[in-house]
Amino acid sequence: MVMGNPEREPDLVLKGPAGVGPKVAGEALVSQHGFSARYDLDRERGLFSREAHDLHGQSLVDRVVVFPTAKGGIATSWMLQEMASRQKAPLALLFGRTNPVMVQGAVLAGLPLMHLPEPPPHEAIATGDRVEVDPAAGTVKVWRANSG
Amino acid sequence: MDLTPEEEAMLEGREGEATQAALEFQVEVGDFFVAKDFVPVRTAHLASDPESLREAGAEFLEEMVGRGARFSIPTTTNAGTVDFAKAKLIGQRDIWPKRASRILDSLEAMGAHLCNTCVNYQTIDQPLFGEHLAWGDTGTVIWANSVGGARSNFEAGPAALAAGITGRTPRYGYHLPEQRLATVRVDVVDVDLYGRAAWGALGCAVGSELNDYWKVPCLVGNGLKPTPDELKSFGASLASYGSVAMFHMVGVTPEARTAAEAFGGLEPAQQLEVGPADIEAVFRGFVPENDHADLVVFSGPQLSIMEMGELAEMFAGKNLHPDTRTLLTTSSIAAAEAHRLGYATALEAAGVIILEGVCFYVMAPHELAERFGYRTLVTDSAKLANIVAGYGYNPVFRPTEVCVEAATTGRIAW
Repeated sequence: MVMGNPEREPDLVLKGPAGVGPKVAGEALVSQHGFSARYDLDRERGLFSREAHDLHGQSLVDRVVVFPTAKGGIATSWMLQEMASRQKAPLALLFGRTNPVMVQGAVLAGLPLMHLPEPPPHEAIATGDRVEVDPAAGTVKVWRANSG
Repeated sequence: MDLTPEEEAMLEGREGEATQAALEFQVEVGDFFVAKDFVPVRTAHLASDPESLREAGAEFLEEMVGRGARFSIPTTTNAGTVDFAKAKLIGQRDIWPKRASRILDSLEAMGAHLCNTCVNYQTIDQPLFGEHLAWGDTGTVIWANSVGGARSNFEAGPAALAAGITGRTPRYGYHLPEQRLATVRVDVVDVDLYGRAAWGALGCAVGSELNDYWKVPCLVGNGLKPTPDELKSFGASLASYGSVAMFHMVGVTPEARTAAEAFGGLEPAQQLEVGPADIEAVFRGFVPENDHADLVVFSGPQLSIMEMGELAEMFAGKNLHPDTRTLLTTSSIAAAEAHRLGYATALEAAGVIILEGVCFYVMAPHELAERFGYRTLVTDSAKLANIVAGYGYNPVFRPTEVCVEAATTGRIAW
């Protein structure tokens, strides 16, 4: 059974330490900026509201969001659960390297989260790629959006 | 993780359902960060404002109370969303005091000290050298690690809640001596820093370069002679812009009597230099869309008694501009002293609204912006300027005297 894409083998597999949360598959939304739910989001709608953010105006709802780093403070921990309760949460979170806040929040919300995979996810994955995140196995399978 | 018999008993539910759930949560986080075991903590400091928790979080806390949650160590609460006496004056929707009451009732039932302050270290609980803590609110953590020499990770709301219940936290990150060594040398050159805004600007300049929880900067420079309030502003800003949990400052912080001590004899992995032009650039990076100030806010972190005394002097005999609302936030302890000492009278006579137990950015500021058409917000807090940019504001970060002038004239001088 292949969750990510039953048609073909993945174009790329990222490997890293085990993460938290269940295995999921979905479409990637990739940023080169950091992430904080408090600093960056209109949580009501699940949109990036910070004007200087490279995902400004985009929705993270049900996307596998990818960032180089976590930023800011501690509020994201409660916010992921709150957004998940209204179906406004991301499907999964991938970081180059995360801080404890994101992990604490993901565990509370039951969302998949991984960090430190190689190659770094924000470099290897492009917005629109289809990805399968398997935190227990420590793998991220990637199917390119632009390779047929 | 290696568990003690006591922790095994907790996981098996012998200490009750809530303790079991709390420890399960902590094991999952600990496993992620490859923690070897748990470490007992003396206190927990919990951020649980209704603006973050909203309905789902309020319900979660009520469920935890229903499952028998009770804090086993002293647990204090961070700044909240509502000053109950001023919510109507500020124009907050009724939902916020209602939700705040529910949350505070739950935490009180668990045995929390409802201090509602983000400067617990100035008023409630001194972090001691070498002790382990589970504190949330990044400003409190960076203070505890850096200035106090105590040991804490960022323990966000659910994590501080769990630590308050179990009395321990996974041993990783800043609980470990090796993580506390400096990795980035920051030479601060020819900078004469005066006031909380300038120190906040330094925190922004350094934090924006690092942007990594796991990097530890060590600041070196002859001009580094902060007051505690300036250090509070610097730490809060560094944590906000860089997600940094610890810094060293040679000659100022206890694990940095020398640079060599801070780096543990190792070479810096990264070097930065900060000069006057970098500090100036932080301020200039905040560009007013027009020269009228809708709001002037002194907040983030809450003001100390001394900071309120200074502001009272600056506002003495002045009146606020009628189209510019001016707020300050502080703890109820500092507010009580400010009333006793006459500072509050002087500030209120000028028209400044003093809010207790809150911080502006957790007051649902996006709703205030929509309701009152606020857009340009002038503040001497680098941290607040950073955060409100996500809430529909045009933040303008300026030195305190420029903020006071904006409050009285309605105009932003530069």
